[in-house]
Amino acid sequence: MSRINIIGAGLAGLSAAITLAESGTECNLFSLQPSERAQSVLAEGGINGALNTMGEDDTVAEHYNDTLRGGVFMADPNAVHNLTSGAPGIIRWLEGLGVPFNMSGGELILRNFGGQKKKRTAYARSSTGKIIMSAVIDEARKYEVSGLIRRYPHHEFLRLIIKDGECVGVRIRDCYNGRIADFSGPVILCSGGMNGVFPGKTTGTTQNSGDVTATVFAQGSLLGNPEMVQYHPTTIGISGKRCLVTEAARGEGGRLWIMRKSDEPWYFMEEKYPELKNLMPRDVVAREMFFVRRQEDCVGEVYLDMTELPEDTWKNKLSDLREELIKYLDIDPKYAPVPVHEGIHYFMGGIDTDELHRTNIRGLYAAGECTCQYHGANRLGGNSMLGALFGGKKAAHTILSGDYETIGCDDEPRYIDEYEPFAQEASPELVERISNILLSGLGIVRSEEMLTKALSKLSALEKEREYNQRELNRFRLAQAMLRGALERRESRGAHYREDYPERDERFRRATVAQLKGGEVCISFRELPERRAENEDNT
Amino acid sequence: MKITLDLLRRESAHSKPYRQKIVFETNDGNATVATALTQINASRSYLDTDCRPVGEVRWECSCLQKKCGACAMLINGTPRLACDSKLRELGDTVKLEPLKKFPVIADLIVDRSIMLENLKTMRLWFNERTKADETIGAIAYEASRCLQCGCCLEVCPNFYCGSDFLGTAAIVPASRIIAAAPDEQKKEIFREYKRHSYEGCGKSLACRNICPAGIDIDSLLVNSNAAAIWKRKRRKAK
Repeated sequence: MSRINIIGAGLAGLSAAITLAESGTECNLFSLQPSERAQSVLAEGGINGALNTMGEDDTVAEHYNDTLRGGVFMADPNAVHNLTSGAPGIIRWLEGLGVPFNMSGGELILRNFGGQKKKRTAYARSSTGKIIMSAVIDEARKYEVSGLIRRYPHHEFLRLIIKDGECVGVRIRDCYNGRIADFSGPVILCSGGMNGVFPGKTTGTTQNSGDVTATVFAQGSLLGNPEMVQYHPTTIGISGKRCLVTEAARGEGGRLWIMRKSDEPWYFMEEKYPELKNLMPRDVVAREMFFVRRQEDCVGEVYLDMTELPEDTWKNKLSDLREELIKYLDIDPKYAPVPVHEGIHYFMGGIDTDELHRTNIRGLYAAGECTCQYHGANRLGGNSMLGALFGGKKAAHTILSGDYETIGCDDEPRYIDEYEPFAQEASPELVERISNILLSGLGIVRSEEMLTKALSKLSALEKEREYNQRELNRFRLAQAMLRGALERRESRGAHYREDYPERDERFRRATVAQLKGGEVCISFRELPERRAENEDNT
Repeated sequence: MKITLDLLRRESAHSKPYRQKIVFETNDGNATVATALTQINASRSYLDTDCRPVGEVRWECSCLQKKCGACAMLINGTPRLACDSKLRELGDTVKLEPLKKFPVIADLIVDRSIMLENLKTMRLWFNERTKADETIGAIAYEASRCLQCGCCLEVCPNFYCGSDFLGTAAIVPASRIIAAAPDEQKKEIFREYKRHSYEGCGKSLACRNICPAGIDIDSLLVNSNAAAIWKRKRRKAK
């Protein structure tokens, strides 16, 4: 088999690379910067798996049900079955790599997280992503030395090489010397979420520009659920971006309130949702925050109150969070509540794949946040790192199981010296303008009026001048996101339409965006039925 | 707030370096060096103090919240992260230069790939499955926080690219492997540690207090030396 090309070296990319290497299959691992700079290092609160170490009789079936319910029944049930059944194994694998999860008596401590009634989230204080990444990077290093993983840091994806409808390779640029080369073989995209569509306005990194998703969409890949953008309820504004306040703060007992004009704090989540209280799924919490701020009898921002948390929690579970809040806001959360605001945090939508992580283009696979897999209309906290690790593994297994045979491919890169239209950058000024248009349509609350206005502004902007290929790709991606939101005439998960405030079962289908003759077409696809053999997964 | 950025620029690895001064104005009291560079690049219409166009200033960044180490550079002569350097604390003129220990690619970008090569040289991985239980969890956690930014290497009098001494950026992640290595791997990792860390360190302690992540380097060193050199039982990290 020829070398597999993996785009992105965060958790999903590393997981795919290690899985291939464990089977003796070689891969090229491309990333704009080394893994230490990937967005995965920003994940904070933890990773979900029904390990049942807390004496609560937790089961895989409950993790499955919570994930599907959290995503408002819009995820592929068989994929979610695979994910949740695989979760305990993933966490045990990480443990075996020496990840220092918080433990007690030799066993993992699990914490509460949003949308889940049972303690199911393994964690390393409040820097779980960084701590997991360090261990996974070390594991990949073993295979780099043995030659199975060939790393290409500071290398940028330019475009797929497609022949007769099949993906047969990838065109890559070395950002340090500008050289462009073609690498043949199948491709696994692990390029992360579309943060760069909203530059400076998300909790993500600057590397996840969204260009990879925009490019493959322009090259014929389908997008799934592009309108599903997650606003995390608790973020703070820091210079140049939104900064996450981990959901673990509420999992460990933090409470949300807003001041009433009568000068009483109102614990609105606790009053409205007596069962899960502050730990309702993120879409619900973010929306409630948005609405209570608009209420006439309320004043000011929503606050996250952690002043009642015990000393041990600050020392052993949330030490990094406290340090961060003191640094950025000059507020010590141990003694004073913290003003928080919803902020764009995750993209449930993305490159459309089946449960085996195959896209509609043969030879092209995708895993991690760049895909639309697992999370439906709203992702549960603790399921993102799980989705990345599991998805990367699954995509690799699909290739290893003989899904794609490559014969007679070149093993070495072929350097090219020709004009490459996909190599021109999008102008930052245009990116900013498109972003503002998208924000006007894709807020927490949406409506037909907002979305049609945004679409016409977008089309007026496109008529202003000539654009390069990447800029045109960004127009198409933006259109797909807005059109998906416009045509989903219901409210579900992160997508709330004030003109269609109810869930409509006719829309319990996946949004599919496709580019046909330069036009974005939106359709809705039936979700697969849960297979009988997946029914019993306790 | 009005700040003059004094940049050391270079088109490419082979071109001649030159200095360029840019006046940057902002109302954001918390603006950092990273904010300034982002805004200058977003506008592309900046002129320097000699009215020459600035164009794109090449630098690396990613998380913008001091968790990834990408934006390390010399700021007023000290290696630190651009995203963790508030302009208001840096004076009227802020000097920005690339790290000097690594080959320059362009402007403020340096090639730090030697750092990742060094981790391979140290053979930093586990040969077998292991477990970071409660006794070594604190060491493993502290060691896992290393950003691989290179600030500690920049100030180290004993480290240079290609030296046998691999510096604190290798010593810190090594302490995770040393603490949790299965018995069969101990001899190998202790040998690598002795050769590439212990023997080359001049104990200048220049790396102390320079780490942007605030890693407790002393404590990790004490534990690794005790295990790998003095063959003593480990002590708990902070």
